[in-house]
Amino acid sequence: MSTLTRSAHDMGGVAGRGAVGPEIDEPVFHAAWERRAMALTVAMGATGAWNIDASRAARESLPAAQYLASSYYAIWLAGLERLLVERGLATRDELAAGHALRAGKPVARVLRAESVAAALAAGSPTSRDARSQPRYAVGQRVRARTLRRRGHTRLPRYVQGRVGEIVALRGVHVYPDRHANGGPPFDEAPEWLYTVRFDGAALWGEDAETGLSVSVDAWEPYLEPEAAR
Amino acid sequence: MGTDHDHAHDPASQLDPMELRVRALETLLVEKGYIDPAALDVLIETYERHVGPHNGARVVAKAWHDPTYRDWLARDATAAIASLGFSGRQGEHMVALFNTPETHHLVVCTLCSCYPWPVLGLPPVWYKSAPYRSRAVREPRAVLREFGVALPDETAVRVVDSTAEVRYLVVPMCPAGTDGWNEEQLARLVTRDSMIGTSLALCPRERRRGEEAG
Repeated sequence: MSTLTRSAHDMGGVAGRGAVGPEIDEPVFHAAWERRAMALTVAMGATGAWNIDASRAARESLPAAQYLASSYYAIWLAGLERLLVERGLATRDELAAGHALRAGKPVARVLRAESVAAALAAGSPTSRDARSQPRYAVGQRVRARTLRRRGHTRLPRYVQGRVGEIVALRGVHVYPDRHANGGPPFDEAPEWLYTVRFDGAALWGEDAETGLSVSVDAWEPYLEPEAAR
Repeated sequence: MGTDHDHAHDPASQLDPMELRVRALETLLVEKGYIDPAALDVLIETYERHVGPHNGARVVAKAWHDPTYRDWLARDATAAIASLGFSGRQGEHMVALFNTPETHHLVVCTLCSCYPWPVLGLPPVWYKSAPYRSRAVREPRAVLREFGVALPDETAVRVVDSTAEVRYLVVPMCPAGTDGWNEEQLARLVTRDSMIGTSLALCPRERRRGEEAG
């Protein structure tokens, strides 16, 4: 295939995953532990010990067989445990014991009940002031690069190497491929973000459904001019 | 939102290994001083009881009802949606996608589960699942048929893969037979799935069950 770096989470276009199974009147959570796993993940994210891109990177780097066999919140939980250990906030023996065996590491903040509403309402905007001109304009045809490097990216494999058209500029946003690594402090150096639309046939050839197009949001480093190759 | 599916006090779940693992983790993180357990309760209550597709339905109904609001939503969805009180986490950068007879939009996150929390709440399991994430970009018409939606061949299907922090809200077409309806009545026709693009808005005669006026 076009790249060496696809992992299990990068699912677009993969065959053999079966039928979509919507659940009638689905509850928000399917078990009490899912509630706590969601809330623990959000609350630990609020400490500032890592960011959303690091969280995604941690989940994506689970072994493929584990990722595919795990329920959604089980993946979150495994990602959270991995980050705690990687960032030195807890150790494997503490996770196994279910108790602190050592003092905690200082964190930037602890999310308190009374500040939850304000924290959620504020969110974590990723847009930044533009300090450069965008390289591409609406209507321009661009090729999604073929990535071979290791590490976190938000450029799905099914568009890599394919040519599409810029349909919108979304401003300048923190670049996840750098933001996921290290910190705090995090590397928030932003890049221009574009919506790039691909014809179904450019992605899937003669298999493409009638009238299909697919767009992705792609940071400028993911793109090159159509002619460059 | 799921209030009649509350398994929190189901005695069988007390023995679940995942339950034990998460409790152990919570204990550890409290002892370490990283989390306030009361904050967890507020987070859970927020997403289980308060934030959900009824928020998005208000946005859509207002866009159907009020052309000025619709223009604002098209121009600056983040601000237009925030004006109704819906903003923040996983909805910091909103874009509205308007379905028409010519173009149907379908939103997916092939890489994880990106979803506009302030307007739709937390995503359903199918949205986060391998079948939807793999197939939505490859054979959306087939996926739509499984949701009971058969689009005419002339309707283009635009699949939108949420790969960055932009979050997308589909504005379905307003069903016929709703002339003179107010926003509250219109909102009852707007389902969660119609705002993802896996279904259409309800017809007036099939308004959401259990949510009749009064």
